[in-house]
Amino acid sequence: MNSIPSLRINNLAYAYPDGHQALFGVNLEVKKGEKVALLGPNGAGKTTLVLHLNGIIATQHGSVSVGGTVVDARNKESLRHIRERVGIVFQDPDDQLFMPTVAEDVSFGPYNSGLRGAELERVTTDALSKVGMLEFRDRPPHHLSFGQRRRVAVATVLAMNPEILVLDEPSSNLDPASRRELAEILRSLDVTILMVTHDLPYALELCERSVILSGGVIAEDQPTAELFRKTELLATHRLELPFGFKA
Amino acid sequence: MSALLFVIVVVATPTQNWLAYLAFFSILLLLVRLAKLPYRTVFIRSLVEIPFVLFALLMPFFGTGTKVDFLGIELYEAGLWAGAGIIAKGTIGVITAIILSGSTTAREILGGLEKLKVPAPLVSIATFMLRYLSVINDELGRMKIARESRGFEDRGLKSWPILAQTVGALFIRSYERGERVYLAMLSRGFVGAMPRLSEDKSTNWLVALILPGIAATVSLVTGALS
Repeated sequence: MNSIPSLRINNLAYAYPDGHQALFGVNLEVKKGEKVALLGPNGAGKTTLVLHLNGIIATQHGSVSVGGTVVDARNKESLRHIRERVGIVFQDPDDQLFMPTVAEDVSFGPYNSGLRGAELERVTTDALSKVGMLEFRDRPPHHLSFGQRRRVAVATVLAMNPEILVLDEPSSNLDPASRRELAEILRSLDVTILMVTHDLPYALELCERSVILSGGVIAEDQPTAELFRKTELLATHRLELPFGFKA
Repeated sequence: MSALLFVIVVVATPTQNWLAYLAFFSILLLLVRLAKLPYRTVFIRSLVEIPFVLFALLMPFFGTGTKVDFLGIELYEAGLWAGAGIIAKGTIGVITAIILSGSTTAREILGGLEKLKVPAPLVSIATFMLRYLSVINDELGRMKIARESRGFEDRGLKSWPILAQTVGALFIRSYERGERVYLAMLSRGFVGAMPRLSEDKSTNWLVALILPGIAATVSLVTGALS
């Protein structure tokens, strides 16, 4: 129906100000509605890549476009538009939730994009009910469990109705039940997802397609189940299934 | 705001006007009742006042001027009045603050500051402090546990360098967290203005003036009577 990909990265390269190069020409396309796992060992440049997606890190070489719009960190107006369309859920929910109550935090994004009053209220309620946290709307975030905070963090981004949802290590620090609850929520969402993780079983559970970022390039791009059968290939990128798992 | 004005009126009332003070205390008791605060809690919290009370009790023994004879002890009249004044004014101030904090959540106080047109950056700083105080406190707690798990004992002056390092590490961690929070804010379209904490923009000056108004009237009327 819609042929414009949610995300298209062309030959993206990046070196830190100290000269250390993190990305060496990344190419990736994510179609609308796809759920893709971005795998890679620690230090592969995953976070650097993520921060390019909404222009927090300015593109040095190559290009990133979201829903057909090029991310240009120098163009303030287009950047605002991009940040409404790319929803990043950061790893530590305490970094993401900074307002005094859950509801205020969820309405922070939509407020910045100009919503007020009843409409703001509706969007906030809607996002909170999608992650099953509506009854906690007036609680301060530090009274919630870690899993609940992570779910609220997802809601803060959903409230902006993003074109693509980017999750940085969504399963980290979650107990098995919270982990399953979050998976159920993510599966129920009708949105494009790019999930950055090295939790391979979680990737298999949620994403039909996986790409491996290794050595600053996309080294592999395959259906998740197929990729996970290639144990030796995974091992060359310092990835392995946990003990007892078989794909 | 109402509380602040009330305290100012109380402090401005001369100590000799003891009738007014009686009235102030009754007003406060009524407020405690209205706010449904347990008297016990109010009493326990008002114990912070004790050092000032002790100081006030000493005042009649030192001073100059007229002396009065009380149970065979010579006391200075000016000191007596000043001491009584400190106790009365102090207690009223403390109880007022307790009623405010007991009946209003920290959030509502922040919303109130915003309504009173306190500069937005200050309100934001207070809001972030409210949110992150517990996070930083937890972090400090974890660092304490980590220290002690590796055999650290707090042994006076010798352990100060370690404690100083802890404070330094906590500062760096908090600073880095600040940066990450800012990135998260940017990612959700932050362009420099925080949302207002309360949608309600009207400030009910009339209601706010009731308490100080009553106090001022009482003060003037009783002042005129005596």
